[in-house]
Amino acid sequence: MPSDQDDIVIRVLGVVTRFGTQTVHDGIDLAVRRGEVLGIVGGSGTGKSVLLRTIIGLQRPAAGSVEVLGHDVLRSNDAERRELDQHFGVLFQDGALFSSLTVAQNIEVPLREHCPMPEPLMDEIAATKVGLVGLPDDAGQKFPAQLSGGMRKRAGLARALALDPEILFLDEPTAGLDPIGAADFDKLIGDLKAGLGLTVVMATHDLDSLFAICDRVAVLVDKKIRVGTLAEHLRDPHPWIHAYFHGPRGRAAQASEQLPPPADPAPVAHVGHSVSS
Amino acid sequence: MPPSANFVAAADPGALVLRVEGDWLLATAAELDRRLRALDLPSGRQVTLDLAAIERLDTAGAWLLKRTDAALAARGNVVAVANVRASLAPLLDQVWTHRAGTPLPHPVPAHHTLVGFVARIGEVTLRLLRRAYSILGFGGLVVVTFVELLRHPRRLRLPALVAQMEQVGVDAMPIVGLLSFLIGVVFAYQGADQLRRFGAEIYTVNLLGIAILRELGVLLTAIIIAGRSGSAFTAQIGTMQVNEEIDALRTLGLDPIEVLVVPRVLGLALTLPLLAVYADFMGLLGGCLMSWASLGILIPTFLEQLQSAVGQWTFWVGIIKAPFFAVVISLVGCYEGFNVARSADSVGRLTTQSVVESIFIVIVADAAFSILFSMLRI
Repeated sequence: MPSDQDDIVIRVLGVVTRFGTQTVHDGIDLAVRRGEVLGIVGGSGTGKSVLLRTIIGLQRPAAGSVEVLGHDVLRSNDAERRELDQHFGVLFQDGALFSSLTVAQNIEVPLREHCPMPEPLMDEIAATKVGLVGLPDDAGQKFPAQLSGGMRKRAGLARALALDPEILFLDEPTAGLDPIGAADFDKLIGDLKAGLGLTVVMATHDLDSLFAICDRVAVLVDKKIRVGTLAEHLRDPHPWIHAYFHGPRGRAAQASEQLPPPADPAPVAHVGHSVSS
Repeated sequence: MPPSANFVAAADPGALVLRVEGDWLLATAAELDRRLRALDLPSGRQVTLDLAAIERLDTAGAWLLKRTDAALAARGNVVAVANVRASLAPLLDQVWTHRAGTPLPHPVPAHHTLVGFVARIGEVTLRLLRRAYSILGFGGLVVVTFVELLRHPRRLRLPALVAQMEQVGVDAMPIVGLLSFLIGVVFAYQGADQLRRFGAEIYTVNLLGIAILRELGVLLTAIIIAGRSGSAFTAQIGTMQVNEEIDALRTLGLDPIEVLVVPRVLGLALTLPLLAVYADFMGLLGGCLMSWASLGILIPTFLEQLQSAVGQWTFWVGIIKAPFFAVVISLVGCYEGFNVARSADSVGRLTTQSVVESIFIVIVADAAFSILFSMLRI
């Protein structure tokens, strides 16, 4: 894993967040490396989503600084902000698709805004993204209300990927999905990360996701953050972290990851006829 | 480096090489798309897509490569892709494994045809009738529950009733009072302006008394309350519906009509007449002050003239309508609340609808009362 200082894409320093008199974060430091999948976990109300929103710039912290791709998120002007917005994509909890637009039109919203191009090309790119996130072809024509929860998440992901971002933020990506759908979604994130070279930051509760795709995990506990690999967290004596990873669900998720993978039913068809190097 | 795609000569005569260069990115996609479309594609040849000079690639670029590949293949060329760097392979894999089809068209909203227009009118009419029937049914349900409560008066939720009366009545007093007062002022001013031409300024008082007591006081109050409390009923019950609170009530053995609807209907039916009396008073007060200010009619003169202008029934004709309006507003408000589906946007839609519907029905009912009263010669 690359660990050189240059390849840090997100740097959070000393972030303090307060709501009224209640302090949610008290001095959070976090560095995300290019190309990794970082999971943010924590109990309910520890501010996982709040931290995510702070990094994206939707929430102003009381103190501290947030730097994304070398830009200071908190002190950037509108033009810098617009430029930065093109380099990351966000998947909100239930997709946050615009309900009056079809899936394809949703994907075209950021394209239309940031990259003027002919209509047919835009439709083609939208269709490519629809395929990329594993939705059937006709999903592009549908309105969000006609999709299931899992499909809405995929559609939201397609919109987040519309501008080919470098960083992808996911807020509870597998919440509300059935276990099969959740596992598929994890695999999709892993595939896209490998294919598109994404850096992924996800807030999650799903231990299976953590074990399946996360390179490192940030645990929000006691208003602070502890970042490390899963192996490091598994050794952590902190009572909450211990309970989290060694509870019945944590053990089950670990066990399933350590089982030998079932025999591949059929080799996945490779790129087809023409790509050869 | 600017992107490009050019055919260059190949070593093997008869074979062609399409050399692609530069940044194949979303930002350059429009330019690339133009160039690729302008390319004169051969047919029935051996074509190699040479990717050696590609600098950067993203999904948009990968799609364009794939589209070009498919277009060449469709013309009977034998296409091979050469010099794919290892760093680009995963991305190409990802995009190329998915279908190359043309995107499906965006759906076009229906009803652009004449038949579609007529069909829409029919649909809307049927929906309206169904809705009216359904509201009537809901009203029946409330009446049945109410009668049941009359037989067991202890089950009437007094605290809920009083809380509703405070919310819809007492809390509405500032706005109802202010608006009625202002309407009184405006009416007196306009009336005085017209009647002065005939030297009949004093009849401004008659105009004011009849208009406010018979119509304006109660109608204005009903419209304000429809906007203020009817919408609140829909939003409150609708939000409970979204949160499954209504279902929770049912599973706990409570009747949502009894718990939620009866206090609201009864509360509004009791307070709207009182609010209407208050609105009458404030309207007349505004008119009185304006008559004094612009016509110099002193307050005792105003009251004397008012007494002679206003008959025994004038006041009651207005007030008697208030409970009916109250029932309409609260029934429609609650009914739309129960109609909310389990999504947040339907709360907003139905709240709007409830206000529009209740104001509509209130005005229609007011017109019906006018006809009734004229037949009764009141």
